[in-house]
Amino acid sequence: MHLSIALAVSALLFGVGVYGLLARSNAVAVLMAVELMLNAANLDLVAFDAWWRDTMHAGQVFALFVVVVAAAEVGVGLAIVLAVFRLCETAAIDEVRALADRDPVLSSAAEAEA
Amino acid sequence: MSHYAWLMPALPFAAALVGLLVSRHLPGGPAVPAVGGTALALVVALAVLVDVERAPSVVHQTARSWTPIGGVQLAVGTRMDGLAAVTAVMVAVVALLVQVYSTAYMAGDPRYSTYAAEVSLFTSAMLVVVVASDLFELLIGWEVMGLCSYLLIGHYWQTEGARAAAVKAFVTTRVGDTGFLFGIFVLGVGAGSFEIGRVVGHPSAMGHTAVTAAALLLLAGVVGKSAQFPLHVWLPDAMAGPTPISALIHAATMVAAGVYVVARLYPVYLAAPTALTVLGVIACITMLGAALAALVEDDLKRVLAWSTVSQLAYMSAGLAVGGWTAGVYHLLTHAAFKALLFLAAGSVVRSLGTNLMSEMGGLRHRLPTTFVTALVGGAALAGIPPFGGAFSKDGVLEAARERGGALGTAVFVVGLVTVLVTAAYVTRLVLRTFFGAYRGSLDGVSAEAHESPSVMTVPLVVLATASVLLGAPVLPHSYGVARWLDAPLGTRPLHLSVAGGVVTAALAVLGAAAVVVLHRRRPADDPAAVLGRVAVPLANAFYVDAVYDRILVRPVHAIANALRVVDGRGIDSVVTGVGAGTSAFGAVLRRAQNGNVQAYASGLVIVVLAIVVSVSLAVAQ
Repeated sequence: MHLSIALAVSALLFGVGVYGLLARSNAVAVLMAVELMLNAANLDLVAFDAWWRDTMHAGQVFALFVVVVAAAEVGVGLAIVLAVFRLCETAAIDEVRALADRDPVLSSAAEAEA
Repeated sequence: MSHYAWLMPALPFAAALVGLLVSRHLPGGPAVPAVGGTALALVVALAVLVDVERAPSVVHQTARSWTPIGGVQLAVGTRMDGLAAVTAVMVAVVALLVQVYSTAYMAGDPRYSTYAAEVSLFTSAMLVVVVASDLFELLIGWEVMGLCSYLLIGHYWQTEGARAAAVKAFVTTRVGDTGFLFGIFVLGVGAGSFEIGRVVGHPSAMGHTAVTAAALLLLAGVVGKSAQFPLHVWLPDAMAGPTPISALIHAATMVAAGVYVVARLYPVYLAAPTALTVLGVIACITMLGAALAALVEDDLKRVLAWSTVSQLAYMSAGLAVGGWTAGVYHLLTHAAFKALLFLAAGSVVRSLGTNLMSEMGGLRHRLPTTFVTALVGGAALAGIPPFGGAFSKDGVLEAARERGGALGTAVFVVGLVTVLVTAAYVTRLVLRTFFGAYRGSLDGVSAEAHESPSVMTVPLVVLATASVLLGAPVLPHSYGVARWLDAPLGTRPLHLSVAGGVVTAALAVLGAAAVVVLHRRRPADDPAAVLGRVAVPLANAFYVDAVYDRILVRPVHAIANALRVVDGRGIDSVVTGVGAGTSAFGAVLRRAQNGNVQAYASGLVIVVLAIVVSVSLAVAQ
């Protein structure tokens, strides 16, 4: 199998992941999009490992690392999503805007007083 | 004892500190340190005088280095000769009497403790000027006096007039002080030392130009402090201060300092005849001009202020024609009778509540002690023998006549005319205040007006006695005051002739008699009314204030206003503009902070893509 096929699939996976990250509003879907991007990177690692015929199989080892880290990340991420859902009663991340600069008029008045 | 001369300024200074800091916790209040400090200074001054007079021609000097760090060497110390010792006693006596008098005059004033401390500081500063052995030490006292005069003239700062007068006094004398400072520089650099002893040692050695420049620059400060034309304008306005302060400023401190410095540095002036001529011309103008202004003034205290200006011109004139002893002698007699007159005026003002002579009259029965003592002071001012002022004034005129030449003749003639005018305005003052009928609008006030308490009348009696006694040293054979003072070489000794004395006394009597005649004819009217339209320029003091207002005050105000506009609209708007611009830019940027994490991530992706694309393009090329 030619390397380019693996790279094309990987790029496609990554693009889908980026799209999901930017466009989906459900927090679980966004986490899944992140997984897609990670696995796109994994595919690249494994493909290059095979392509270079690496005796140490560093690419495969790294791919295993990424899988482990991704699992841990999803664990933490889903916990955060649950916490946000309990707090805000929604899992749509474009509606969770607690860190926005919400009241510019008030804060600039406070600056003027100071 | 003269090694302890430094105690003279130190004691009133300590009294000022104590008075300012802890007087409220003292039994007896702020008057105790004020009177006590000055009294102790007087004791030291008398002891030093005795010590100095034991060997009159020896200069008792102590000095210690003040800035031992290379370059210009400055010292602090005392330099006591006859002049310094006698002047110090004079200052201490007048200051003590003023402090005693003030305890009654200022009783009930809410800021008395500050006032008393400022008077102590003023006395201390004047004594620094008197005893200083170094020009910079002298300058410190000189400048502190300027500050104290500002504070004390502005004592009633709740009134507009007092504030304006205080600023005027400070700014006007400051104009002269600038010249004074540079005069000290020239003198010190020329002589290689700022020590007075070395400066006056061989002044001609530093070259004619340097000496003349230094003398003229110092003269600017002297003219400012001693209120001579053209910087005399602050003194009449200084009457806005409490009356005892006028006595202090006019007799013992401030105005006396200018004349004293000329006397102290007299060898420098002897080496610079040009400066002496300038001083003489200024004295002639001031002498007669101020006396004429006093002739028509209605404010009792302003009459006395103008007479101070005029009498200081006599001292300057005496120094200008080489009559050093006569000039200094007049300084001493003037201190006695002018302090007396001001304190008497204070007694009158206190009992009536007005300064205007048109609202006085007939007070000789109400205020008998004040009346008698004021009469003594007036006679001394007018130059009637045997009061001190007569002999010292004759001494000045005699010195002018002996010197001859254009300057001597001018001083002599103007001096004689001024004797006439002086007697006239003094007589007018006494008649308008103490004789005739009471002219005030409040009848009740006159009925209630009574003699001041003895705390105020005793200083009057003491000063009246001093005014009489200061005439005594000129009696044959001693010319005692001249021996005490130890005149520098090259000055004219005090010389009095019977003929001269008779002429001046006759002129004084003539001036007084003319006013008495006018007063007899129409007792209710102002004798000066006979001058008619001539009185208008006199009452405006020859429009000097108006001219200054036109050519100095208004342009300076205009420039200041223009600068304020430039500062407010130009410089300030740049500063505030930078702040406002940053805020506006920040307001634009903060719109990106919308809380949508995906929007941030979009920005991240776009920027990464842009970097990748641009790097790829760069690599491809």
